[in-house]
Amino acid sequence: MTSDNDRRRGLLARLRGRPVARSRGRRRLGAAVRLFAALMLAGGAYTVFAPGVQAQDNPPLTAAGNEGKALFDVSCVTCHGRNAQGVEGRGPSLIGVGSASVEFQVSSGRMPMARQEAQAMRKPPQFTDEQVRQLGQYIQELGGGPEVPNGDLREGANLATGGELFRINCSQCHAFGGGGGALSSGKYAPSLAPASDRQIYAAMLSGPQNMPVFGDNQITPQEKADIIAYIQDTLKNDGDPGGFNLGRYGPSTEGIAIFLVGIVALVFASLWIAGKS
Amino acid sequence: MKRRKFDAAALPAKSARAVDDRFQVATPLRKLLNKVFPDHWSFLLGEIALFSFIVLLLTGVFLTFFFEPTMTEVIYNGSYAPLRGTPMSAAYASSLDISFDVRGGLIMRQMHHWAALLFMAAIVVHMLRVFFTGAFRKPRETNWIIGSLLFWVGFLAGFTGYSLPDDGLSGTGLRIASAIILSIPVIGSWVSSSIFGGEFPGTIIISRFFIAHVLLVPGLLVALISVHLGLVFKQKHTQWPGPGRTNSNVVGERMFPRYALKQGGFFMVVFGVIALMGGLFQINPIWLFGPYEAWVVSAASQPDWYVMFLDGSTRLMPGWEIHIPIGNGYVIPPLFWPTVVLPGILVGLSTMYPFLEARRLKDYKHHNLLQRPRDVPARTAVGAMALAFYIVLTLSGANDVIADKFHISLNAMTWAGRIGLLILPPIAYYITYRICLGLQQHDREVLAHGVETGIIKRLPDGRFVEVHQPLTSAEGHDGHPPALDYVGWVVPKKMNRLGALGPAIRGFFYPIEKPAEAPVSPGHPPVEDRPEREEIGSGESRR
Repeated sequence: MTSDNDRRRGLLARLRGRPVARSRGRRRLGAAVRLFAALMLAGGAYTVFAPGVQAQDNPPLTAAGNEGKALFDVSCVTCHGRNAQGVEGRGPSLIGVGSASVEFQVSSGRMPMARQEAQAMRKPPQFTDEQVRQLGQYIQELGGGPEVPNGDLREGANLATGGELFRINCSQCHAFGGGGGALSSGKYAPSLAPASDRQIYAAMLSGPQNMPVFGDNQITPQEKADIIAYIQDTLKNDGDPGGFNLGRYGPSTEGIAIFLVGIVALVFASLWIAGKS
Repeated sequence: MKRRKFDAAALPAKSARAVDDRFQVATPLRKLLNKVFPDHWSFLLGEIALFSFIVLLLTGVFLTFFFEPTMTEVIYNGSYAPLRGTPMSAAYASSLDISFDVRGGLIMRQMHHWAALLFMAAIVVHMLRVFFTGAFRKPRETNWIIGSLLFWVGFLAGFTGYSLPDDGLSGTGLRIASAIILSIPVIGSWVSSSIFGGEFPGTIIISRFFIAHVLLVPGLLVALISVHLGLVFKQKHTQWPGPGRTNSNVVGERMFPRYALKQGGFFMVVFGVIALMGGLFQINPIWLFGPYEAWVVSAASQPDWYVMFLDGSTRLMPGWEIHIPIGNGYVIPPLFWPTVVLPGILVGLSTMYPFLEARRLKDYKHHNLLQRPRDVPARTAVGAMALAFYIVLTLSGANDVIADKFHISLNAMTWAGRIGLLILPPIAYYITYRICLGLQQHDREVLAHGVETGIIKRLPDGRFVEVHQPLTSAEGHDGHPPALDYVGWVVPKKMNRLGALGPAIRGFFYPIEKPAEAPVSPGHPPVEDRPEREEIGSGESRR
């Protein structure tokens, strides 16, 4: 790409800097040169952008990608097909989902799936972090797609903004305390309690299962950092100043508590008091 | 100068005389202090509501010192870091300040909320007791109606209070309330804009709910509670049938000192339980809900438990709209039926129940003696039916939480609720009815044949029979003891109730009657001395 650009810029500069009056021979020569340059440009761009015949059969994978492919061919190929193009009725194509998606699904143990059901469940992961990275690399090299950036994903975060964004964008499904909630027909938004920074980031980028995609133009990387910080620092480490949080299920467990604790204790108290006659 | 001798022992009498000289209160006070209350644990359930109401008043007064009931927008700058710099209403900011910056504010807020839940729970439990024992019958129908109204006024108090902090969850509740009001045909939009001062949410609703919550509704509650208690005094408390208890007397403890002391102690217990819950269990974490914004609705948004049945009925209602072709067309939204019509029917049915039952049974006599639930199977079964209906609705109000935590499809939960609402109440009716009949039959059997001793005897002809301990020593015509009449009270069914274990120690919860002092009555027949143990025992030592 860069070489093409330089070339074009050079051509334009030459056009701009050219004297107005020129001999016919020079004009013809100039036209020939421009034609040649234009052909070179078109041809060059084609070679760069066009999928090579070679690439389809045998993509030039990096070492990590090759490792990933080996893992893929053992664990994922049944449902996602030989080149991750998907298998009708079993698993979707993984072309273009990016390493973010692989990282989320595999590192949280959701993939490989135990069985076909409404939604993949979080399980103890089957692969090590290194293997997850390799699988991600393979899928990334196959079709590209969103990637989770490296480094501290909470850097420079603002908790208040994060809280506001969380309540607007996340709490409808994951609930105010991040404990998750029900969706239709057996689907659900999982609890955020076991999720790591990278998993939350990857989920926002890739929109796994029933979650919508929150791309970088909807929620900027900085806002993602704010949300992650709110979830990890406030929701998980807030320490519930009011005492035992009853699972943060809202008024439903509070209602159970008032009967199981309050009423039961007081009925025993009344048995005791009325018994002393 | 001679110093006057101070006689401490004479002080109460002297001061009482001095008071009586001036106010002439001895006669009415004697009557009051000697008033007799029957004693049974189930009669204390209503007191739980009364005492939690007192806790509500105390903690509520504390909260008003710090709460700012306006919707003016402010920027929060208190000690809760994750909300600092967020624009919010002054009401929400002051609720956060109560939780994080006022000393003891959080426990007061939590005690207030737990006391509110306990108040409503105790009202319902007390109401069930009154219903299932027939305490609502003539002459106490008025008190039953007042009690039912207390539930609905308590409901209103709870809802207005729940809305005051102006957090995300309560705002969602308020939004639903406004939608319910809007669903009322013809007058809905007018009522809504009168309450909210225009379009929801407006800027006035918190101030209005505040004055309703701290003045109007509690005033109404105090008035109703006073009449409720006044009527209990005037009409006297009902009592269980039993030794020496008739329809025209009251057997129990005098108001002073025993009953008053017990009630004072019970108040402390209720206060203690509420304080413990307020200190140990987090309730309504408003800092997690955030300030109310119309676009913020969390999953698992539920009202407090006593409102949840309305949420449930809304979730179960199919989306049936009624189109009326008048003018440009008029629509009655489906929300109208489960949230306006259903509570209307429930209020009507519950308040009118005493009259319905009296009419059906053609029973217009005074009743001061309670009935055991098993002795009136139809009423008990109707109560179980109502309870099943209410429980299905309440569970449906939390069906998303149940679906999520128990891995059930939410759609399945909704359909289970719809079907359950129709078929579970009749099933509850039938099962309860049969259980009542079975219990009645067992009572009659024990009265006729005596208590099962667990001792199996082998007869000379090889048959095995269980030895029964008759409840009376009287001889019948055929040598067997005669069958005793049922008098509407507990029939002893275990040998240790008859003193088979010898003199009993005082129980922690129940007084275990000592056989020698057992009162003489048909329900508690005199018990013979324990016969010397014969060698027909099973050989095992029994506790």
